[in-house]
Amino acid sequence: MDLILEGIKKAFWLLITFDPEVIKITLLSLQISGTATLVSLLIGISIGTAIALTQFPGRKIVVSLINTGMGLPPVVVGLFVTIFLWRNGPLGFLGVLYTPTAMILAQAVIATPIVMGITLAAIQQLPQKLRLQILALGATRLQMVWILIKEAKLPLLAAVMAGFGGVISEVGASIMVGGNIKGYSRVLTTATVMETSRGNFDIAIALGIILLMLAYFINLILTQVQQRERPR
Amino acid sequence: MGTKINLWIILWGIVFLIFISLMTPVHAQQKTIILATTTSTQDSGLLDILIPIFEKKTGYFVKTIAVGSGQAMAMGQKGEADVLLVHSPEAEKKFIAEGYGINRRLIMHNGYIIVGPSEDPVKIKGVKSSSEAFKKIASMKALFMSRGDNSGTHSKEKGIWKAAGINPEGEKWYQQTGLGMGQTLNVAAEKKAYTLADRGTYLALRKNLNLDILVQGDAILLNIYHVIEVNPAKWPKVNAAGAKAFADFMVSKETQNIIKTFGVDKFGSPLFFPDAGKKEEELGK
Repeated sequence: MDLILEGIKKAFWLLITFDPEVIKITLLSLQISGTATLVSLLIGISIGTAIALTQFPGRKIVVSLINTGMGLPPVVVGLFVTIFLWRNGPLGFLGVLYTPTAMILAQAVIATPIVMGITLAAIQQLPQKLRLQILALGATRLQMVWILIKEAKLPLLAAVMAGFGGVISEVGASIMVGGNIKGYSRVLTTATVMETSRGNFDIAIALGIILLMLAYFINLILTQVQQRERPR
Repeated sequence: MGTKINLWIILWGIVFLIFISLMTPVHAQQKTIILATTTSTQDSGLLDILIPIFEKKTGYFVKTIAVGSGQAMAMGQKGEADVLLVHSPEAEKKFIAEGYGINRRLIMHNGYIIVGPSEDPVKIKGVKSSSEAFKKIASMKALFMSRGDNSGTHSKEKGIWKAAGINPEGEKWYQQTGLGMGQTLNVAAEKKAYTLADRGTYLALRKNLNLDILVQGDAILLNIYHVIEVNPAKWPKVNAAGAKAFADFMVSKETQNIIKTFGVDKFGSPLFFPDAGKKEEELGK
């Protein structure tokens, strides 16, 4: 119990003194996971919508693959991304292993199926007739897709939250492809693991609290956006 | 109106992200070194002190990847690291003999210790020989936590079991954590088990553990750290110049002096003893 209080005290101390190391780690977490989420939104929403609106043979298999991907284990992603990015691996010429770029890549791989799966479900649950109605009113196909996406805004914002929440809290892939390098690829989760193994439980708890607060504020903003037009 | 504000928020989010990505420095390939090392050098905090000095002095950027010695050497074998700082002498000799590494140089040493619950149920406290202590643990079937991760500590532990003439694999009282030293110590403390640890990590964690040092000072318990440069002849992509610069820095007088006093202020005694230029056989005598 003392330890937890100690950790909470430490967290506030680190926050109110603007500890440069902690600020840097926090900003980097935000930057890496934010960018990865953006990438996953671009890919996930476009492919998710496309699949939701088309019929093709083997569609059920593709959809079930995407749904499985929503639970992709981060360490497995980390392992494969590492092997691909090795100097002597297939993508070694990029030279990005143990960089924030590699972490963005791995996190985007984790978040994309989550966004894609939720998008797919969100677009599909819109009434069939809506599509016909929009087209009948003279909209082009692209305009129709845009209206459908806007119509599914609530679940799509949930997709953003799920994707971001999945990657900001993820540690397995980040530590493997980023290497937890001080001031360069050390993020909140990997720093927490390291401080735990160093026996600095108070700092580890403090980092954990900062991570939770960060996740809360991001979700608070997104929820604000999501719920704004709710009561009608 | 509502959508406009939303778009505005999202837009600003993107701008903010781009802004902070611009602040991250980009490092040129030839100026970065990948250092694969054992966890104890990072967990003890030694590298946090040494790396910034090295970077300032030479302009290199060091990517420290803290893994077990076994994994560090596996990375070296594949040419995925430039320089290694490891503590698994037998495996290192094999690594050099197979041509994967060059210029293996002695850096420092400290001691392994056998730790266990303070009640010490099988009474190994004060036993001079570590293999005797292991025999006692085995005969009484006292719970023993092994790292089980091919780290330097794990291979040392296997060496002691061999010296004791016991094969503990598969025994119920012999459990493998598969974790780093710090976490293994925590598991041992929670389960009131015995384990083999390096002194540095133990001292760093002592305040939270209910484990005592029971056996120490035996010659077999010597924990020796070497720096090895990965052979550029095998892997042309290895940063040989950077590896050499780092290895030279580790054996330099200035670094050795830092190692000598590191940890004294915090633990009352140094965590590592500098040994550059000495011969491995001379240690512990």
